[in-house]
Amino acid sequence: MNGEANTIRGDAAAPAPITSDLRLSVNKDVHPITVDTRETLLDTLRERLDLTGSKKGCDHGQCGACTVLVDGRRVKSCLTLTVTVDDREITTIEGLAGGDSPHPLQEAFIEYDAFQCGYCTPGQLCSAVGMLAEAQDGWPSAVSEGDGPVVLDEEEIRERMSGNLCRCGAYPNIVEAIRRVAP
Amino acid sequence: MTVTGARVTGSALDRVDGPEKVTGRARYAYEHRPRDVAYAVPVQAAIARGEVVDVDVDAVLQWPGVIAAMWHGNAPRLAPSAAAELAVLQSRQVAYRGQYVAVVVAETYEQACEAARLLRVQYEERPHDVALRVDHPGMYRPDHVNPDYPTDSSLGDPEAALASAAVVVDATYATPAEHHNPMEPHAAVAVWEEGGLTVHDSTQGASGLRATIAPLFGMPPDRVRIVSPYVGGGFGSKGKAHPHVVLAALAAKQVGRPVKLAVTRQQMFAVTGYRTPTVQRVRLGADGDGRLVAITHEAFEQTSTISEFAEQTTVATRMMYAAPHRHTSHRLVRLDVPTPTWMRAPGEAPGMFALESAMDELAVACGVDPVELRVRNDPERDPESGLPFSSRNLVACLREGARRFGWHERDPRPGIRRRGRVLVGTGVASSTYPAYRVASRASARAEPDGRFTVRIAAADIGTGARTVLTQLAADALAVPPERVRVEVGDSALPKASTAGGSMGTASWGTAVVRACEALMDELARHGGAVPPPGLSAEADTAQEVRGQRKLARHAYGAQFAEVGVDVDTGEVRVLRLLGVFAAGRILNPKTARSQFIGGMTMGMSMALLEESVLDREFGDYLNHDLAQYHLATCADVRDIEAAWVEEDDPDLNPMGSKGIGEIGIVGTAAAIASAVHHATGVRVRDLPIRLDKLVG
Ligand code: FES
Ligand code: FES
Repeated sequence: MNGEANTIRGDAAAPAPITSDLRLSVNKDVHPITVDTRETLLDTLRERLDLTGSKKGCDHGQCGACTVLVDGRRVKSCLTLTVTVDDREITTIEGLAGGDSPHPLQEAFIEYDAFQCGYCTPGQLCSAVGMLAEAQDGWPSAVSEGDGPVVLDEEEIRERMSGNLCRCGAYPNIVEAIRRVAP
Repeated sequence: MTVTGARVTGSALDRVDGPEKVTGRARYAYEHRPRDVAYAVPVQAAIARGEVVDVDVDAVLQWPGVIAAMWHGNAPRLAPSAAAELAVLQSRQVAYRGQYVAVVVAETYEQACEAARLLRVQYEERPHDVALRVDHPGMYRPDHVNPDYPTDSSLGDPEAALASAAVVVDATYATPAEHHNPMEPHAAVAVWEEGGLTVHDSTQGASGLRATIAPLFGMPPDRVRIVSPYVGGGFGSKGKAHPHVVLAALAAKQVGRPVKLAVTRQQMFAVTGYRTPTVQRVRLGADGDGRLVAITHEAFEQTSTISEFAEQTTVATRMMYAAPHRHTSHRLVRLDVPTPTWMRAPGEAPGMFALESAMDELAVACGVDPVELRVRNDPERDPESGLPFSSRNLVACLREGARRFGWHERDPRPGIRRRGRVLVGTGVASSTYPAYRVASRASARAEPDGRFTVRIAAADIGTGARTVLTQLAADALAVPPERVRVEVGDSALPKASTAGGSMGTASWGTAVVRACEALMDELARHGGAVPPPGLSAEADTAQEVRGQRKLARHAYGAQFAEVGVDVDTGEVRVLRLLGVFAAGRILNPKTARSQFIGGMTMGMSMALLEESVLDREFGDYLNHDLAQYHLATCADVRDIEAAWVEEDDPDLNPMGSKGIGEIGIVGTAAAIASAVHHATGVRVRDLPIRLDKLVG
């Protein structure tokens, strides 16, 4: 941890921000970075790394717009302090596509018109990728019956995607797009 | 319109901005990062009425990274403005809790947040009054209602007609305050350069915002530029200028650096508008067969002490159904609350909940089927103005909806269909929205490489405007859509109307079509060849719009709902929702369906979930976040479908289209409330339909 104030007006009377040096691995790029320990992963991505695809809808873990993948699992980056993800593999919407070809979910979202304003979309997409992996690993949801393998029908998808709000009301199209891609 | 080859308009073209939106490349307002930017965090009033006595600016200036702290005592003066909400930091007065009283600017967002949190503001608090009630002594008759409808209307002698009617429904309905909650919170990035101001804002109308902001800073409009290519939803909350834009510009001016300001989700509940709560009394008088003789609809609403917004709640009632005796009115009271504003279908959304619920009550009282009742009362002409309708296909929507929904099998008796633990019922309601159109400008340019660029300061807030305008331009230019690029969302583009009133496509589309037609004429004059520098043409539709025939122009629809109500908990689930609409020509079935369904989803949310709960003691909204203000989620939306009937209306615009952004929310709540009554026998007249209203 570094204790120095990172501004010109630091004053003995006021406590200086506490900072930390870390290596952030985002979309396979490693960024050595010094962060304020109060900084959320969402703010680091958007304000420091200029990765503005992750959206801030509430900053309180209530809307899902900021969803990213950390080591392949979906997390709300507004509730994640950047200092806690040192050396973890972070994937954002900008890293979802494989090289030049879009992720099949990105294509399906366009084809089935699974968004309107597009603001919830990066979160929906990252969430959907994480959700498919969870289902693949057999994680049950509130509507799953029994312990067997998860069959991603509409009800399962709706339940598992309900942490991502869409005020434009694109839900049925989101469900359809995911259903087309789900195994 | 020039028609050559296959028409793009009417086809299900994918959204042209889809690739930007699914890859995260689309940049929304706050995501612009000018060099040397500083962060502004506003401070909100902690009292509902009174004065700011002092703000301890010096203490926070000692904090690391803090560049400035501003309040009325040290803020630059703005030019006086009619829009009192925008006179930010211009007086000590506090008119509502949550009003901006100060702002802190710092090097980082974290530093600004911390300093704003610690800023000590001293108030002199006075008693406040924030509760809307019908018998409030301050109730008054506004001069007109939004945007410029007469406040009241009367025809015949409704009191006498009601006194002698065979069947009378007399019921009072209530709708709560509701907040738009677009997923993108409001934000502004303000940059002063060479005496001019550029603001990246999340707005539904760049031209309108520029016209409002420029005079506040004593500048001609051409020195201000509003840039807003992507907007994360608006629903009316980004239609007018809000104080945060002024605050960001003031802060940037004061510190001499670009400034970013994000309105937080919590702050939005106070400073970015909301739908007024309403109390509405509806009286319907009919003969034994349900033929209406009298309709009255009175609305009671609120506004703030500093600005008037009078929602046009009863205006749709003036033309929905035939009856010789009629009366509508609006009364307002000024309270110590934030100023309400447009929210998706202002007027129609709350007003049609009341009228259509009353129609359902009349159907029950007369023993007439609710679809049939509406068909029976469909007017030939606009019943109050006497104007002919440009087209009116409510009956077709009701009939088509009834057929698709399987309505004819319905047993009208309430409370008799039980499936396991659930009582099931169905309901129907009419829907409507006016087909407005206003003047706009556009330009079209043939590039030397064979491509075309169309420019208009329109806004695509998720409506699909960019896509539909591309289709219209492609057809008018007789080229495939891939060769057309439409630029919107910048006040430097030809001046256009705000995205509101479901009039975007009608207004902007007319301008785009005319500009493209003018360009085709120009091209013809050049023998069809594009000269090396390219070729441009412009259009201004002011004259065309002024010259249109006086007619009653409205879109109509019918909403059908099936609900299941848990007999123990009272939990309501919408099992099926079908909307059938008559909205002129549908220009893109893919994006249109999304618009309709999005509106219906918000209508479902309004019916069952949405309610901003006022804290009378402190004067603000208790549930000011998305954990407590409930929006419909993915799991709430099951079987939902939107359809439309063919409608050929030559009296609208070159496209033959009516707006579709708002009609989807109109009538949904009434259809659901009527379905709940059919399921349970309980009539809920005040939204939302919470569990406690159904059990106990
Ligand atoms: S911004 Fe993180 S959940 Fe809303
Ligand atoms: S597309 Fe607008 S919030 Fe989901």
